[in-house]
Amino acid sequence: EFDDAANLLAANPDATTISIEEPAEVPKNQHSRLHQPGREEDDELLGTDDSDKTELLAGQKKSAPFWTFDYYQTFFDVDTYQVLDRIKGSVFPVPGKNFVRLYIRSNPDLYGPFWICATLVFTIAVSGNLSNFFIHLGKPTYHYVPQFRKVSIAATTIYAYAWLVPLALWGFLMWRNSKVMNIVSYSFLEILCVYGYSLFIYIPTAILWIIPQKVVRWVLMMFSLGLSGSVLVMTFWPAVRDDNRRIALATVGTVVLLHALLSVGCLAYFFDAPELDFPAPIIPAHNGTAVVTKS
Amino acid sequence: FAGLADVSISEEIPVEGQITVPVGSHSPDEDGSTLDEPVRETIMRDLKAVGKKFVHVLYPRKSSTLLRDWDLWGPLVLCVSLALMLQGGSADSKDDGGPQFAEVFVIIWFGAVVITLNSKLLGGTISFFQSLCVLGYCVLPLTVGMLVCRLVLLAGSGTISFIIRLLVVLAMFAWSTLASTAFLADSQPPNRKALVVYPIFLFYFVISWMILTFTPQ
Repeated sequence: EFDDAANLLAANPDATTISIEEPAEVPKNQHSRLHQPGREEDDELLGTDDSDKTELLAGQKKSAPFWTFDYYQTFFDVDTYQVLDRIKGSVFPVPGKNFVRLYIRSNPDLYGPFWICATLVFTIAVSGNLSNFFIHLGKPTYHYVPQFRKVSIAATTIYAYAWLVPLALWGFLMWRNSKVMNIVSYSFLEILCVYGYSLFIYIPTAILWIIPQKVVRWVLMMFSLGLSGSVLVMTFWPAVRDDNRRIALATVGTVVLLHALLSVGCLAYFFDAPELDFPAPIIPAHNGTAVVTKS
Repeated sequence: FAGLADVSISEEIPVEGQITVPVGSHSPDEDGSTLDEPVRETIMRDLKAVGKKFVHVLYPRKSSTLLRDWDLWGPLVLCVSLALMLQGGSADSKDDGGPQFAEVFVIIWFGAVVITLNSKLLGGTISFFQSLCVLGYCVLPLTVGMLVCRLVLLAGSGTISFIIRLLVVLAMFAWSTLASTAFLADSQPPNRKALVVYPIFLFYFVISWMILTFTPQ
């Protein structure tokens, strides 16, 4: 329905459009057909500002008390095609389209973030293990180890990133919102959603990181960082751009930096460096067999 | 309610009697005399129930026996035996070895609980323990696969043994996933079936990965 309204407005920019809240104001950038920040901010402020201030997890339809099962069921009110659409939206960011406005549309879900993180944890652990196996395959002293402990490390890192960073960002945005009134505000769940779905691109990236070529890995990382970073930037830039210029840039910069840190850290920790033939010291074990330790 | 106005109770149906008398019960539990039966009979009854469910998993048809009379003995036995068989994996330093007993246990039970919660939150109509029961029993093909893998590893651990193990684990993984999907899929709303099946797929994939990467010292 966005496209129809936008088409009509673009065709006849001076036409008055009827909305429920108040008469239409002329949007700031008329040339942008799909992104109308003026109208969206008005809807945002009138629709969700009060509920943001009163509840931690805001939303128009979360009416059940939080100790009932039904309350949590409202976070899983998505169909298969909706989840697939959101994943597609996170992988193909279109400039000008805000992920939250377009795909989430005040129905944030916890299914996507949770299971994308779970898949990512196991994908990184399994791919790292496989890539190490292929890198060290030819060496005569190599003994394959499943490295299962890395699964728990991967799980801690990725779930901490996917849940704590949105919490911090939400808190920060709420604090700025109390000082600068006219900015787009997101609920905590919507921020969680964006972060969760933006991590999806790393799943195929982690699988492709099995290829033991340094250049390939870095190109892949830049590519996926670009895609998911741009989704995040396009989501959060409208929320901070009315603020002090330096704070806005610092916020968006921190978001991108943390995202980059996550991917670089995962690549460095779970995937051994390829083509590096460091001579590992051979320590004779107590029963006489030679044992290789990583240097 | 208009249609019930002219319903009358027939004279033959007795309307007096004890409320606690069960209608047409054949199970010995209702007799109240299971306290006096020999212990062997009690144990055999439970074992037969568990065994019947194993057969249902091996030949998955849409029968509701697995769902109706759930029990968690079978999943416990399977989980413990799988975790035991995964012991003895290579470990020079603790960081690099295979999963410990506790890790396998936690992954299986915690994973089953999370999947059950997920399907209930998505609007599934299955009860909590029924879903746990199905997910636990469907680990049976993978446990059998683990047994086969250990036997193959006794023979040798070269490329051929790896290929055999890979094929066996793949087949068991497919069997487990299809069996549990056959039991669980009906209780889900139709437009969310894929959302429920995917975590089950992930769950059995992780278990299969643990089985496939098992390398003895």
